[in-house]
Amino acid sequence: MNVIIMGCGRVGAQLASLLDAEGHKVTVLDVDAYSFRRLPSTFGGTALIGDGTDEEMLKKAGISEADAFVAVTQGDNRNVVGAQIAKHVFNIPKVVCRIYDPLRKDIYEALGLETISPTTVFAQMLKEKLLAM
Amino acid sequence: MYIIIVGGGSVGYYLCKALLNEGHEVLLMEKDAAKCEGFEDELGSVCLRGDGCEVATLAEAGVSRADVFIATTGEDEDNLVACQVAKHKFEVPRTIARVNNPKNESIFKKLGIDCAISVTNLILEHIEEEIPTHPLIHLLAMGEEGVEVVEVRIREESAAVGKSVKELSLPEDSVLALVIRNGEKPQVPTADTILKADDRVIALMPTGSEEALRKELVGS
Repeated sequence: MNVIIMGCGRVGAQLASLLDAEGHKVTVLDVDAYSFRRLPSTFGGTALIGDGTDEEMLKKAGISEADAFVAVTQGDNRNVVGAQIAKHVFNIPKVVCRIYDPLRKDIYEALGLETISPTTVFAQMLKEKLLAM
Repeated sequence: MYIIIVGGGSVGYYLCKALLNEGHEVLLMEKDAAKCEGFEDELGSVCLRGDGCEVATLAEAGVSRADVFIATTGEDEDNLVACQVAKHKFEVPRTIARVNNPKNESIFKKLGIDCAISVTNLILEHIEEEIPTHPLIHLLAMGEEGVEVVEVRIREESAAVGKSVKELSLPEDSVLALVIRNGEKPQVPTADTILKADDRVIALMPTGSEEALRKELVGS
C-alpha cells in the first residue's frame, strides 16, 4: 500500500515505521524538519518538509498515486482540512483523521470522514483498566 | 439579521463595527480575553470569548438562529472548520470564510462553504487596477458560474489594433461586451467594430482564459 502520513509526531512517526517495516511505501509530511528525528534510522520511506493542507504540497508528496492518507498533526482543524482535501479533491480511497475533540469528531464522522478521537478511545481504555482492578 | 463573526482581528473588528452600524444584531467571537474586553468597552456587549470551532461555544452563541456566519481568522483551517460546524451542526443558511491561501478558495467551496473570499486575490486585483500599464484587470468574478469580467487596455503596439471583432479569434465562450473610447459614449461592439489604440475593452470570459484573451487582444 502507498500511504501518506501528515504529521510526524509520536503517532505519525510510529505509524510510519510500522508500515515501512511491513514493506509499504510511506511518505511522511511535517512542517518542521526537526520532527523527522522521531523516525528510526532504518526508515526506508520518504520524509518531506511541507504543509499537508496545501494542495501543491500534497501533489509533490505523490498523493495522486496514494492508496491511503492519514492526518495526525497536533491540530484537529489541520487534520480535518488535510483529510477532506485528500478525500474530496484527490479521491483517495482510504482516509483516516485524528480529531481530539469528540464533538467535532461526531460532526465529521456524519460528514463521511473516517475519524478517531484519542480522547474518547483513551478515556474508555482508562475506565476499563480502572474497573478491572 | 443575526450575524456571527469569528475572529477579532482587524477584519473581524471592522466588519463587526460596520454591521452594527447597519443595524444588525452582531456577535463577535474571539479567543483572547483582553481583546474581548476592549471590544466590549468600545462596542457594548457584542463579544463572546471562546473558540469559534468549539461546538459548545457555538451553541452558547446561539448559532442555530444565526442568518449568516462569517469566519475571519488568519488561519484557513480554523475558518473552514468553524464554517463547516456552523453549517452542518447548526444549519446556518449562509457561511462565509476568509481564505488566506488563494489555493484554498476553490477547495473551500467544494467543501460546502457558501462563499470563500481570498484576501490575497482581492489585494492582487486591486493592485492590478492601480498599475496603469497592466493590460488586463479583473473586475468581477462570478465564481459559481466560472465567468469573469475583465478589462483589457489596448495599446498602440497591441495585436488587436485595427482589427475588427470578427477578425479576432477569442477564446471559446469569451465575449467583448463593451468598448470604452476616450471622448465617446461606451459602445457595445458589433462584429464590425474596429479596435483602436487606447480603447478599454470590457470582456466576459470563462475562468482560466485570461492568458489566451490577453494574447489575442494585446499580443505577447
